[in-house]
Amino acid sequence: MARIVIDPVTRIEGHLKIECVVEGGEVKDARATGNLFRGLELILRGRDPRDAQVITQRICGVCPQSHGIAATLNLDSAFGIADKIPDNGRIIRNLIHGAHVVQDHILHFYHLAALDYVNVADVATYEGNDSQLNSIKDFIKRGALEPFMPRYEGDYRLPPAVNQQAVAHYVKALEMRRIGHEAVAIFSGKIPHSVGVVPGGVTSVPTADNIMAYIWKIKILQDFIDNVYIPDVIAVAGVYSDYAGIGVGCKNLLSYGALDLDGKNTDYTTRDRLFKQGIIGADLKPAPLDTGKITEQVKHSWYEDATTNLHPTHGDTKPKYGKPEAYSWAKSPRYDGKVYEVGPLARVAVTYANGDPKMKEMVEGSLAALKASPAALFSVLGRHLARALSAKFIADNLESWALSLKPGEPAYIEYEMPEEATGMGITEGARGALGHWIEIKDRKIANYQAVVPTTWNVSPMDDGGQHGPIEQALIGTKVRDEKNPFEIVRIVRSFDPCIACAVHCVTPKGRDLGRFQVA
Amino acid sequence: MVKELPVIYLQTAACSGCAVTMLNAASPTIKNALIDQIAPGVHINLKFNPVIMAAAGELAIQVLEDTAEKQKGEYVLVVDGAVPTKDGGVYGAVGERNGKPVTMEQRVTEMAQGALAVIAMGTCASFGGIPAAPPNPAGCKPVQKVLEEKGIKKPLINIPGCPPHPDWFFGTVESIIMFGLPKAEDLDDFLRPKAYYGKLIHENCPRRAYFDEGKFAKKFGDEGCLYELGCKGPITYADCPLRHWNSGTNWVIGAGAPCNGCTQPEFATETAPFYEKLVDVELPVVGAYWANKEAK
Repeated sequence: MARIVIDPVTRIEGHLKIECVVEGGEVKDARATGNLFRGLELILRGRDPRDAQVITQRICGVCPQSHGIAATLNLDSAFGIADKIPDNGRIIRNLIHGAHVVQDHILHFYHLAALDYVNVADVATYEGNDSQLNSIKDFIKRGALEPFMPRYEGDYRLPPAVNQQAVAHYVKALEMRRIGHEAVAIFSGKIPHSVGVVPGGVTSVPTADNIMAYIWKIKILQDFIDNVYIPDVIAVAGVYSDYAGIGVGCKNLLSYGALDLDGKNTDYTTRDRLFKQGIIGADLKPAPLDTGKITEQVKHSWYEDATTNLHPTHGDTKPKYGKPEAYSWAKSPRYDGKVYEVGPLARVAVTYANGDPKMKEMVEGSLAALKASPAALFSVLGRHLARALSAKFIADNLESWALSLKPGEPAYIEYEMPEEATGMGITEGARGALGHWIEIKDRKIANYQAVVPTTWNVSPMDDGGQHGPIEQALIGTKVRDEKNPFEIVRIVRSFDPCIACAVHCVTPKGRDLGRFQVA
Repeated sequence: MVKELPVIYLQTAACSGCAVTMLNAASPTIKNALIDQIAPGVHINLKFNPVIMAAAGELAIQVLEDTAEKQKGEYVLVVDGAVPTKDGGVYGAVGERNGKPVTMEQRVTEMAQGALAVIAMGTCASFGGIPAAPPNPAGCKPVQKVLEEKGIKKPLINIPGCPPHPDWFFGTVESIIMFGLPKAEDLDDFLRPKAYYGKLIHENCPRRAYFDEGKFAKKFGDEGCLYELGCKGPITYADCPLRHWNSGTNWVIGAGAPCNGCTQPEFATETAPFYEKLVDVELPVVGAYWANKEAK
């Protein structure tokens, strides 16, 4: 029996430890540990509610815009203006959020995941005129090879020419994701931690000039997604085809839906969105979303046991480091008591199963290209494919949205902040279902809670001993070489974990259950 | 012969926004910074950076510890994040030693001892930032304070901002490479390079004329100065109005939003509420400043 500890897991956001017990070459037990606690929700208490939009972006600098959107939807609902945002405001929010998520997906595949599959060392034998590749060849010749070495060794399967091309795409993708952020900045000032999205709408105004500047940047990204990103995912999948059966996980998927197509329905769980809301299992039959079924359990987290199994709106979090049986700062969110995976796979699967024609064509087309069945979606490769399709699905809508903006009409409405109120904001971050809840008293934040994508995925065992999604995806995996556990890091990274998100969570004192109306 | 400058980039209580802002650098690009000579004859050998490095787990920690041992006094330590110190630092750990987690506080202390210089990247590392805002649940402290308490004397440069502009970081590194460590007069009272933090936002703001004319925006989308909508430009030092963000695409006030004061030690406490007008602040009057100077 061997214990494999990977601490820190790199090329993710934040501080994650993975511990696996391996026996006879197979993972028998797995534990995921969130290794940082900041308590951002405690820091929100007593503040002006509008500050939540600024502070919660700092939960995560990789997906700040998704927090900004969730916080703003939350405040819109608390302020009673969820159905009053001008179309210009709704659309500009989508443009900001959409460009951000697209660049995040590109970043994940090329800069966080690819080094597990692509052999950078093959550039040493490159013979050609690509100046970028030649500069990398020089870099390799000089011999100071960090941060690309050291690395796990023994399972790089792509032929040298494909590796060389993939490294060129790694460099190209750095530029692409930077352009994605430039598109965000057009309407939202700067990014990370942008400023344009506020309750009531947005701070910027549409003009012919910023609409077209945005569209031309998006066209560059669309070209890259269609002609480089998706073909690269398919190419890697062809050579690493065993990963269509590795890292299967819990097979329960949950999506909050994202990118509002309608601004009049105040119930975000049924509002018309580009990505659909719902839950889905291995049979790919979707069911509606009921956010009232969400609880957070803490038996295996470093928090007081008395605070377990509460709905996020009235959770009480008291840190208790060293608690027996506990091993993580992350809690265990559960839906109807069951384990759910969130992320691009979940939102793509839910949208597909709801019959969206464009999504159907994309999913079925790429599965056909891979000669794979829908069951293969529940895997390491399935997650990478779904992420690429998520990027394409969003990017292909942005231009027509931008063209529907109306310069000269408002993008923001004024409102009166209520003395007391409650709210909920749900959306999809790049990494999946993201929910914010607020209670306002005396025009101050009395309670704020965020349940974020990675908390779902990286969660430790719950009160009933059910492992979290990443743990489940690891258990049963065959590890060929314990010194170079490629399988483990490839599975973990396929979830694109974001640990700063997962472990920010501390809520103030418990609240009266009945006071929160969660639609 | 290309000289290798070893750099260790430690993440502590942070959000990775500072790592992402560096990816947004336009000139040099992040590729130039990692692969090419960032300034003639010098290549940054980024030994450790958890967001992009290939290695994980022990393999990664080994690089960290080898650098501390074998390149003592040669590497630049960059700390991204505040340092959790409450309850012995249990709220944040990076890797293990002998099967026990090593706290972020320990890592920062150990790595700083052997560093040539320390750069505190971002407002959390520079001043504590958001994780250190009341009630400061994890007892987060800025790097400067941790080093002082441990009696570690190293050249320290603060590059605040939430996140900082990538130019502020790379410009500082390039300056060290080309002209040596900054002199005392190159930094302000908060150890910020004056080259980037020497002037108030307010001094260079394109909406400054509205302020002087008393024309204030009443709601978002209006023309006018954003002072009454909560702009902290009058008390915030940074060159955002001149430099602009994301390859020069835009900046906060350019998008019609108020500055929230993110480069200041007061960020997230005294610079909030972010959407309320500054109270009881003596506004600097640029014209009067120069008039006084000439009178003397």
